[in-house]
Amino acid sequence: MRLKKQKNSQASGEPMVWMTAMGLSMGVLMILGLLALIFYKGLEVFWPKHVAEIHLKSEDGNGERLLGEIILQRDRSSHKSSNENDEGSPLRETQIFMGNKEVLGQAFRFVEQDKIKKTSYPESVIKLERREYGNAMGFPQAIYQADQELIPLKKTELFEKTLHQLVKTYNARWEEIRHIEKDQIGKINYEMEELELEKKQLEEQNTAAKNAQAKNRLQELESSQKTLQEKYQKLADQAKKLREAQQGAQLEILLANGQSHKIEVSQILEYYYPNQLSTWGRVGMFFHKIWLFLSQEPREANTEGGVFPAFFGTLVMTLLMTIVVVPFGVMAAIYLKEYAKQGPLVRTVRIAVNNLAGVPSIVFGVFGMGFFVYMVGGTIDQLFFSNKLPTPTFGTGGLLWASLTLALMTVPVVIVATEEALGAVSQNIREGALGCGASKWQMIQKIILPASAPGILTGAILAMARGAGEVAPLMLVGVVKLAPTLPINSTFPYIHLDQKFMHLGFHIYDLGFQSPDSEAAKPIVFATTLLLILLVLVLNLGAIILRERLRKKYASGKF
Amino acid sequence: MPVENSNQKLNPTIIQIENFSFFYGKNQALFDIDLSIPEKEVTALIGPSGCGKSTLLRSINRMNDLVDESNHRGRILIQDQDIHDTQLEVISLRKRVGMVFQKSNPFPKSIYENVVFGLRIAGKTNKNDLDEVVERSLKASALWDEVKDRLKDSALGLSGGQMQRLCIARAIANQPEVLLMDEPCSALDPVATAKIESLIHELKKNYTIVIVTHNMQQASRVSDRTAFLYMGKLIEYDETETLFTNPKQQQTEDYITGRFG
Ligand SMILES: Nc1ncnc2c1ncn2[C@@H]1O[C@H](COP(=O)(O)OP(=O)(O)O)[C@@H](O)[C@H]1O
Ligand SMILES: [Mg+2]
Repeated sequence: MRLKKQKNSQASGEPMVWMTAMGLSMGVLMILGLLALIFYKGLEVFWPKHVAEIHLKSEDGNGERLLGEIILQRDRSSHKSSNENDEGSPLRETQIFMGNKEVLGQAFRFVEQDKIKKTSYPESVIKLERREYGNAMGFPQAIYQADQELIPLKKTELFEKTLHQLVKTYNARWEEIRHIEKDQIGKINYEMEELELEKKQLEEQNTAAKNAQAKNRLQELESSQKTLQEKYQKLADQAKKLREAQQGAQLEILLANGQSHKIEVSQILEYYYPNQLSTWGRVGMFFHKIWLFLSQEPREANTEGGVFPAFFGTLVMTLLMTIVVVPFGVMAAIYLKEYAKQGPLVRTVRIAVNNLAGVPSIVFGVFGMGFFVYMVGGTIDQLFFSNKLPTPTFGTGGLLWASLTLALMTVPVVIVATEEALGAVSQNIREGALGCGASKWQMIQKIILPASAPGILTGAILAMARGAGEVAPLMLVGVVKLAPTLPINSTFPYIHLDQKFMHLGFHIYDLGFQSPDSEAAKPIVFATTLLLILLVLVLNLGAIILRERLRKKYASGKF
Repeated sequence: MPVENSNQKLNPTIIQIENFSFFYGKNQALFDIDLSIPEKEVTALIGPSGCGKSTLLRSINRMNDLVDESNHRGRILIQDQDIHDTQLEVISLRKRVGMVFQKSNPFPKSIYENVVFGLRIAGKTNKNDLDEVVERSLKASALWDEVKDRLKDSALGLSGGQMQRLCIARAIANQPEVLLMDEPCSALDPVATAKIESLIHELKKNYTIVIVTHNMQQASRVSDRTAFLYMGKLIEYDETETLFTNPKQQQTEDYITGRFG
């Protein structure tokens, strides 16, 4: 008999090792690729680019000039049919962001590479970030001020100082106007509303027997309404005066096509000279822009400015959801695992719970709208806010309903994780606790729950990750494109559970698909996506650190 | 049938098992056991594996209540009180009848917290009282000198023998009347086993101990009385010396001489 020397690779399973390893690396590569793209694209937005002046070729040698940031260069292969002149190398084209939307009509433009004669980076170019119409770029010329001599660029020092000063004062004044109009007048409006409600109530109640007390109260209300009205008038006048003061100063810039363009200084949020920045200046500007993105409110249909309200809304909603979902999930899991008699019924419930995790999220959105918003919210309005009807308070989408809807959606995750963690506590330990005279609940509370805390937190992490990234159900139960105020603010009762809020996920959807200028919105879409990913990451990291600490505590028994 | 020895000690009976049968569902594990266990002595339960030693032991503190569809017949009296009396709570029974398990099962807490667990769940919070109990229990379980400097450390960092002694300390912190031990040394090395055995000698001054063991040398070393069970039936119950030197039943003799198993 000859011994079979050939190793049977099929039997040893080596091909399968390779296959499985390949599957894993494919998965990892895909995730890494996605993250790398979003990181690059998301951060690139904030990097202050050079502004190029581009001369285009033309017959008479006097071709068009463009001024702008080079966004990307690509092969024009997709449009080959329109180009018959050369068949060898594909044509390349350059996308340029030119800004000055109100003058040029469009902020972006494609230029064919071989039409470009010369590209230069003139030092003197200024870039202005404005409250409206996006960025402006050009060569600064002079500052015009009412009743004052114009200051030409040639007086470099004076020009620079004046511009700086003007932008600062105008921005401070905007801040003041905002404070008056939004905070102070907002507060008065709120108070007026309350007075109006009370008045309505009094009038309705006492039509039959209008006693003296009610009459007095009515008079009081009217007089305080009057004072409020006066206050309001004063503030409105003040705001109006401030707004008037915002007119006057203008900055003249020369566009690339030679056209002179005057821009109200009050429109300028910020300005800098992109081609003069040193590397460190660029880095500083980069972080400055990131900070503005994180801390500011959106402008111009969300395509400019920051995303702070959306960031804040996402954070608050996710935390609120977690606060709701964890206790509920843990309680349900304890009942299922520890108290319920294990049998066909419990098995069915468990399968149902598991399947609930696979239900499309929009279904939860519809349920949340039907149940929470219309039924529960509607009933609450009937019972407690009937004086405000027909304006709904809780009978419309809001922070609370959104959080509860997502909590409902993620509760299976917590239940499954908790059940697993509870099941991992050994029978031996359980008997030890019972043998010491602990009741069942004491055993659960003192021994089993602490021991399964890390597993429960894993469930919370998964729930948070799923909840924070969900958009579809939120659109039905309370997320809006633009919320006037944050859900947590300085007006009583500080946390407004009934308020609509903004959300990063919805923000991305809105910018990417609903924006009138999708080209302009693209960078901010990437930046917002990056922020959403980072937010989820940070939330999860926080929970993971907490879990590791608990685990250590559990292993070292210090709880 | 159990044969009572005439010259038994004068210690009064603390646990009286009368005509006790136990069922796991339809499966009968114990058949009409009659056994009286005297106070402050060590009583060993021996017999081949699966003969019902653990079942009998766990019936004494009603640990078997946890098993679904388990059932019993007959009575167990502790200090003349029926443990299945509906007036008596299982929890208070288990405080009177402490238990040490085959596999040591310290809680994932500090040594200190392990010992005071029974007191904490009974609602005692006075720090001085707790400290006192910890010291007393750990001294009684011969662990004090080894751990007194690291009471706040995790119990999971102790050696196997230390863990088992900690479990004994945890059981006696409740000041029980009876201490049940289910093969407490089966997972320990000879040195740790010797320590536990000498500890049992000390403990019987204050506690009644019922110990299950599959090791006949151990039974003869530590116990005053021994009960031999076989297939759920009590075959013979006598003073340890008598049972080992002069068994009345053929089955007992076969078992202790190692002729079957
Ligand atoms: N939880 C249980 N459920 C069903 N049967 C059990 C259970 N525990 C023990 N038994 C059965 O009861 C009999 C006695 O077991 P046990 O008391 O553990 O024996 P020993 O401790 O003497 O080895 C065995 O036949 C065993 O299979
Ligand atoms: Mg056993």
